[in-house]
Amino acid sequence: MARVLLFGPLRDVAGWREREAAAETIAALRALLSAEDARLGEALAAPGVQVALDQAIVRGDAALTAGSEVAFLPPMSGG
Amino acid sequence: MIVLTDQPFDPGALLTAFARGRRETGAVATFTGLARAEQGRTQVLELEAYPGFTEAEIGRIADIARTRFELDDLSITHRVGRIGPGEPIVFVATAASHRRAAFEACDFLMDYLKSRAPFWKKEHGPEGARWIEPRTEDYADAARWD
Repeated sequence: MARVLLFGPLRDVAGWREREAAAETIAALRALLSAEDARLGEALAAPGVQVALDQAIVRGDAALTAGSEVAFLPPMSGG
Repeated sequence: MIVLTDQPFDPGALLTAFARGRRETGAVATFTGLARAEQGRTQVLELEAYPGFTEAEIGRIADIARTRFELDDLSITHRVGRIGPGEPIVFVATAASHRRAAFEACDFLMDYLKSRAPFWKKEHGPEGARWIEPRTEDYADAARWD
């Protein structure tokens, strides 16, 4: 089970901030979340949305293990 | 020093503490960002961070600045949570031997914090709430340093 975190506007699209999900890769996780909520799937695939695995940015796919933390990060806006 | 806080802070006090006891630093530059009221459209600004990751990413940005501008020191304080109009959101201070490096490092840090540090901003006003997207200028500002 991976822990999934959503930030910023993604939270409002999904209606949740954090959940557990059974997926072995990031691609499988995206497919799972999309199948449950097509709007969220689309929002996660939007340009500028980055993925952090265990608090490090990853590009493309990566394997997940029990206890992995996957965060979807929409475009950042600080200052 | 990198601090995220959900409490209001006093930029003057931060500057005084930062500048104290330096013998080789010739220049300290600071920037303070304030929350705008936007003519009443923003009653509260809500800032979200990713605890742990946000501090680490700011640390990475700070390391780039330290090396690139040969800084003696730097300090970044950033608010999270709910912020009222007129309250400071961000304070950046840089210390260097000479002014140009201090000014440029401050400018660089703010450009990177605007669009490359993990924060998300939501504006709450009389007409509801909306997430603030980074502007094209914010990306262009950060790209100046590439």
